[in-house]
Amino acid sequence: MSPRPIRLRRISNPPVISGFRPYGGKNSAGKAKTVFLHLEEYEALRLCDFEMLNHQQASLVMNVSRPTLTRIYARARFKIAEAFVNGKQIIIEGGKIYFDSEWFLCGKCGAVFNNPAKQREVKDCPLCRSVKFRSYKQGIEDIELSTK
Amino acid sequence: MKVAITSKGNNLESKIDERFGRCSYFVIYDTETKGIEFLPNPNKEVQEGAGPASVEIVASRNVKKIISGEFGIKIKSILDRLQIQMIVLKEPEKSIREIIEMLN
Repeated sequence: MSPRPIRLRRISNPPVISGFRPYGGKNSAGKAKTVFLHLEEYEALRLCDFEMLNHQQASLVMNVSRPTLTRIYARARFKIAEAFVNGKQIIIEGGKIYFDSEWFLCGKCGAVFNNPAKQREVKDCPLCRSVKFRSYKQGIEDIELSTK
Repeated sequence: MKVAITSKGNNLESKIDERFGRCSYFVIYDTETKGIEFLPNPNKEVQEGAGPASVEIVASRNVKKIISGEFGIKIKSILDRLQIQMIVLKEPEKSIREIIEMLN
């Protein structure tokens, strides 16, 4: 029997850098061994240690169960510790993930829309050009649950 | 810029189709040239994977926005990656003509 497929983890934003490199060690930076930190582990670390969420809240944000979030988080801590202790460089990549975009609700025409380009800010409703829109956090779950 | 709208029929008076993957027709509207194109959806009766197959059709037309009644869980991540904007319009009585007028 094949194992249960891995549930896709939801990531809010890609990290601003793609990794870290050690300096001042005996090995020159170019020769340093690498630790691959998955994007889901980066996100778990961000949510738990930077956004100061507890594991329960963080698991909801990433759309996985609480125990899974704790496992991802533990792996992130281990990998970073390993890089520090052994002087390895960290590359952030990979993982079974998808990027999530922000959702908005237009107050005039009632359309719900997302913003796929995170760099650009939403100025008006893409349908009726009204500026009376607001953030629509609940919407993501509704849309996902209404598939079948 | 091109916009895709899911439609129940192949004329301007048709209503918006509430489903994306298994809609009857895609309306491709170009906001610059005002050109309107009706594409029949070959994935209408497909058992599984209608969403991703439909995304392929509209993405091949360089669409930047999609207007539909709802989007399935499989295509949400695909569309995010392709940077295509999803617009969910929960008004099944709206006709294609009305939606195109709103876009102008």
